[in-house]
Amino acid sequence: MTLELDEIDRALVRALCEDATQSAGALGRDYGLSQPATWRRIKRLREAGVFGPRRVDLNLEKLGFGVTVFLGIKLATKGRVSLENLERAVSAIPEVQTVQHVLGVYDYRLRVVAQDLPDFERVLRRRIMTLPGVGNVEANVLLSEERRIGPL
Amino acid sequence: MPIDDTDRRILRQLQADPEESVVILAARAGVTGATFARRVEKMRETGVIRAIHDQVNWQALGYAVEVSLRFTLDKTEPRAFDEFIAAAREVPEVISIGTFLGQVDVRLLIIARDMPDYQRLYRDHILTLPHISDIEALMHVAQVKERQEVPL
Repeated sequence: MTLELDEIDRALVRALCEDATQSAGALGRDYGLSQPATWRRIKRLREAGVFGPRRVDLNLEKLGFGVTVFLGIKLATKGRVSLENLERAVSAIPEVQTVQHVLGVYDYRLRVVAQDLPDFERVLRRRIMTLPGVGNVEANVLLSEERRIGPL
Repeated sequence: MPIDDTDRRILRQLQADPEESVVILAARAGVTGATFARRVEKMRETGVIRAIHDQVNWQALGYAVEVSLRFTLDKTEPRAFDEFIAAAREVPEVISIGTFLGQVDVRLLIIARDMPDYQRLYRDHILTLPHISDIEALMHVAQVKERQEVPL
């Protein structure tokens, strides 16, 4: 079941994906809608589940985090480790920002932030490599990242 | 200009639940609503907070498939990165472009409606991107940890 969005809906979704704190009044003025009409449209979009979790985009460098690393993790002993336990343990590590279960050359994909490379090495060796079931790990240091609006 | 402990408490609460109201978040951070709002505004001005934005839940819009494509590029071509990324930006289904230091050079996050749609996209718009020397695909099965919070 797919939701149909019209041009104004799409524009509103695009605008809120740039800045979710804009008021319905201000957004409505941009698209020739009244404040209540805009508010109703946004409410309908939210209720239809068009939006995932809202995100606070922080400047990592200003907060002292110099490196972001993506880890590909392959399970060592498939079938014998509890995936739930592993997922819970890896999600509890504060430096691990996101965890995705994937299908392919790796089983999990992790996004990890650290102050610098020695700090990353500490997280990797002490917290991640020691988890039960973790086998091969591949690390790629993020150099740049660009979010795209997607097919809207 | 670095942030203090009050800012940290505010950012922790804001990151954990960005949809919540200022009144509730301020109470959780142990400050008044006015202080909370003023501090957040200041952190937006200084660029510590780059944005508070919504994210599209593509599944609700009929995009059931999400794939992380990892590319190795032909580095004998000096303009490989620039030309590859410029071409990838033209594909609407690409929702994120990352560049890396490691075994992977570039990662594209792409969405598709279903497997036939993915197949079409892959053949017609991904394999035709310039300077590819190798591609690996990771199909997303589940998002285990999603908020991408920064450990403060």
